[in-house]
Amino acid sequence: MKPSRIRFAETAAMGLIATVVVCCLIAAIGEMPRAANGLASEVDLHLSLTGVQNPVTAVLINFRGYDTFLELAVLVLAVWGVKAIGSDAAHDREDSTATPPSIVLTGFVRVVGPVVIVIAGYLLWVGGHSPGGAFQAGAVLAALGILLDLATIEWSTHISERSERCLQVAAVAGFLVVGTSSLFLNRTFLEFPPELASTFTLAIESAATLSIALILIALYRGGGICVARLLPPPVRERSK
Amino acid sequence: MTTVTLFASCGAVIFGIGFFGVVVCRRLLQIVIALNVMGSGVFLVLIALARRTTGGRPDPVAHSMALTGLVVAVSVTALALTLVRCRYKQTGSTDLNNR
Repeated sequence: MKPSRIRFAETAAMGLIATVVVCCLIAAIGEMPRAANGLASEVDLHLSLTGVQNPVTAVLINFRGYDTFLELAVLVLAVWGVKAIGSDAAHDREDSTATPPSIVLTGFVRVVGPVVIVIAGYLLWVGGHSPGGAFQAGAVLAALGILLDLATIEWSTHISERSERCLQVAAVAGFLVVGTSSLFLNRTFLEFPPELASTFTLAIESAATLSIALILIALYRGGGICVARLLPPPVRERSK
Repeated sequence: MTTVTLFASCGAVIFGIGFFGVVVCRRLLQIVIALNVMGSGVFLVLIALARRTTGGRPDPVAHSMALTGLVVAVSVTALALTLVRCRYKQTGSTDLNNR
């Protein structure tokens, strides 16, 4: 048989398998009960103990705090992995920023930048009682960082390598500090006392917003936001 | 067919498209995109099934799982793209089998 025919047969077989998988999944979905409360009623029952009114935030930081804690650790691992593998990103950046950005983009970023920071703060705060929270605020801040990068506005010149690392682990560290401090209040790890739960949640969410934003920007830049590494050394020589 | 089953079935179909892409595509970039499509399907199923509550509000546990998953999906994609670029630098191609 010709190689192209083999290829077609393979594709067709895989398409058939994928169709069967989808049909099984749809059949399984159809078999599911129409009304299922899941854990919604449990969450509603204990919502008053968490210090927040938004059930999603309560689940993320309080009820399933361990999950979010380790997820933030995964983010840190991912960014360090990217940094370790793609450590030569600086040279690529040099080429990509060869053409100056259009005046429309620069002007737009200058107008929108401060507004975005306010929106991120609002999203962080509003997470206490309605949809919002650290992830949304962090994503919005990261979007601003990427916009600034595209407009080639150097905003991270004052962030050293060490402070960058500190900010990246801020969320994990915040979780650890808050989680262990509840140990001193005669509770288990990450079990928040109801009277302090609101403060604990806000502290973790604030740290998580910063960490998530910086990690997402670092992932976009290919490893790090520290400009000292990214600035190519030949530039300085030329200016002499 | 209720709205929930419609949306969940759509999620299953999107998952299937992504699955097909993962097993058929030979280019690493396409595989990364297909993995993301797969993940989107899973998120759609999660969000749709969270809507089955009898009260007015959807199940917050499924929502927070989707929220967690989204961020992890982004970081996984970034790591995968870095690996793809690393391979490109070493072999000069992003094909899976350049025989």
